[in-house]
Amino acid sequence: MAFPITASRARRLWSAPRVVLLGVLALLCLVPMLWLVLAPSKTESQIDNGSPLSFGSLGGYHTAWRHLISYDGGVLYHWIANTAEYSLGAMALGVTTALLAGYALAATRIAGRRIILVATLMAMIVPTAALVLPLFMEVNAVRLTNTAVSVILPASLFPFGVYLSFIHFSTRLPREVLEAARIDGCSEAALFTRIALPLAKPLIALLSYFAFVGNWNNYFLPFVMLSDESKYNLQVGLGALISGTPALNPSVGGSQLPIHRPEVAVAGLVTTIPVVLVFLFSQRFLVKGMLDGALKS
Amino acid sequence: MSSSRSKALVTAAPHGGAATDPVAATMPGPGPGPSAASRLSASAPRARRRGQGQAFGWLCVTPYLVLLGLFGIGPLAYACYASIANPGGSQPSGLGGYSRAFSDFRFLPAVADVAEFMAIYLPMMVVGVILLALAVQEVGPRLGATMRLMYVLPGAVVGSASVLLWYVMLEPTLSPFGSQLRAMGFTTGAEVFQSSNLIWIFALMAFATGFGQWVVIIFGALQGVPEDQIEAARLDGCTWWQTARYVKLPAISKYVLYMVIMTFTAGLQIFVEPQLLYGLENVGSQWWSLNQLGLYYAFNNGDFAAASALSLLLLVVCAAAAGLLIFKARFFDTEVA
Repeated sequence: MAFPITASRARRLWSAPRVVLLGVLALLCLVPMLWLVLAPSKTESQIDNGSPLSFGSLGGYHTAWRHLISYDGGVLYHWIANTAEYSLGAMALGVTTALLAGYALAATRIAGRRIILVATLMAMIVPTAALVLPLFMEVNAVRLTNTAVSVILPASLFPFGVYLSFIHFSTRLPREVLEAARIDGCSEAALFTRIALPLAKPLIALLSYFAFVGNWNNYFLPFVMLSDESKYNLQVGLGALISGTPALNPSVGGSQLPIHRPEVAVAGLVTTIPVVLVFLFSQRFLVKGMLDGALKS
Repeated sequence: MSSSRSKALVTAAPHGGAATDPVAATMPGPGPGPSAASRLSASAPRARRRGQGQAFGWLCVTPYLVLLGLFGIGPLAYACYASIANPGGSQPSGLGGYSRAFSDFRFLPAVADVAEFMAIYLPMMVVGVILLALAVQEVGPRLGATMRLMYVLPGAVVGSASVLLWYVMLEPTLSPFGSQLRAMGFTTGAEVFQSSNLIWIFALMAFATGFGQWVVIIFGALQGVPEDQIEAARLDGCTWWQTARYVKLPAISKYVLYMVIMTFTAGLQIFVEPQLLYGLENVGSQWWSLNQLGLYYAFNNGDFAAASALSLLLLVVCAAAAGLLIFKARFFDTEVA
């Protein structure tokens, strides 16, 4: 006798394969990261001939690092310092301006507020990559290309931060509280510093995360703005290593360079690790922020 | 667009309610109430506070407006100017930049490349993310949280690091997935990295780095669907798919549209993947994507007018998509003024 498949029975039947499929996908996400962590521990021939996910030796990391820092007179140190400078500089400027603007748009009734909000939303949705070429031409017209300023200042424009900040202050800072403080004689500056800012600590952390990660991973803007290799950030430097050395592209000359796959993998690790660490530690508020920023209504 | 719609923009509206101007809200209305003199004496400090608030508001918003003007609106204006004046270029000025950009023999192939890439990437992302988010919602909360974390992790590796990783993952002699690639008939990197495979490779790269964060967002949206509606559907005998199709998806349609538009505008700008893969494997070209072509016009041809014209085209498409989201779908609408 055949039993009809009820909805609850179908759900139970589907449950185990679903978990397996989701688990397999999760493992697939881990494998590339695992390769990146393990590759520098091996020699070039171990990478070529051994199991892709095997471990070489701890000394392998040291050797690969030593080779990498000898590349072009230790230019890697410049790339690390530049990445920190560009990321932190753009983050500081971007977060500060976004926080102030978001507060002003939420807590004060300035003229043209709607226009500013629409412009902010448009700037938020249009990807920054769409503006890079015109930006280059604009910055080139004032002869500022190939400077830190040419990367930091354009990257400081943070409309997503303004929007998050606006949403935060709109929802967490009741107008009645502000108005009561004003009636009590509190100045506008004191309102911001004594009431709004203490409430905005989670917001500042969230804005800092998005700004830092976005700028740390920025490729197109520095790629177009910077021509001097010592001014590259890690992303552009890693790109130069990938395409400009025989590590992954044997057709490139210069095989005397000690830059092979383990060295490029170390460069990949150096580029990635700060973001992964920041990401792992901030996962909880990050999810909330993504939802707030995207979906507040 | 109606005028009421154009007025219905994001403004301060706690908890989705209609925003009220605190000053206006406290102003007495017509009819019985305080005398004119007392109203005047009460409104004077309010007006002063309002003036101070406006001044402080402008002080706060000005640094952002300067940045927005210089690096948001400025490049747009400069691109309009450069597309006609061609500063620093050897080609004649005028509207020729537009005709050179759009009649160049590389333009249509680049449009076709990006269109084909989007035709694969966009449905892959939208369908994949929705199915995954629905599936993650059905597993237990702890397992679901672990899955979401794992899915978001590849999103931390972007740009050139992502190209490095995916190059290795797709190179059969290096990849942990080498046996699977060989089973599919790929034994060498040269067989994988062919022009005909590029669209799939870029779609895979873009999906892998982006799907995790969208699963989190769509999952969050699904959590907002009222539980009683889902329970009612179950009691009515709806299957998992029927519940998703007729209850959950209609409830999160705005969020799906948001994902579609953000994925579309980001995908349109594809640059780093074709640029680096061309340098690595000499596959594709220096003008595979529209952003690459713009760069080529500017730096290889010295034709800034054509580069600006192309940038403006991309900007117009992205701005239209943004406008659709803001005004038509009213995605960010929290106040009906």
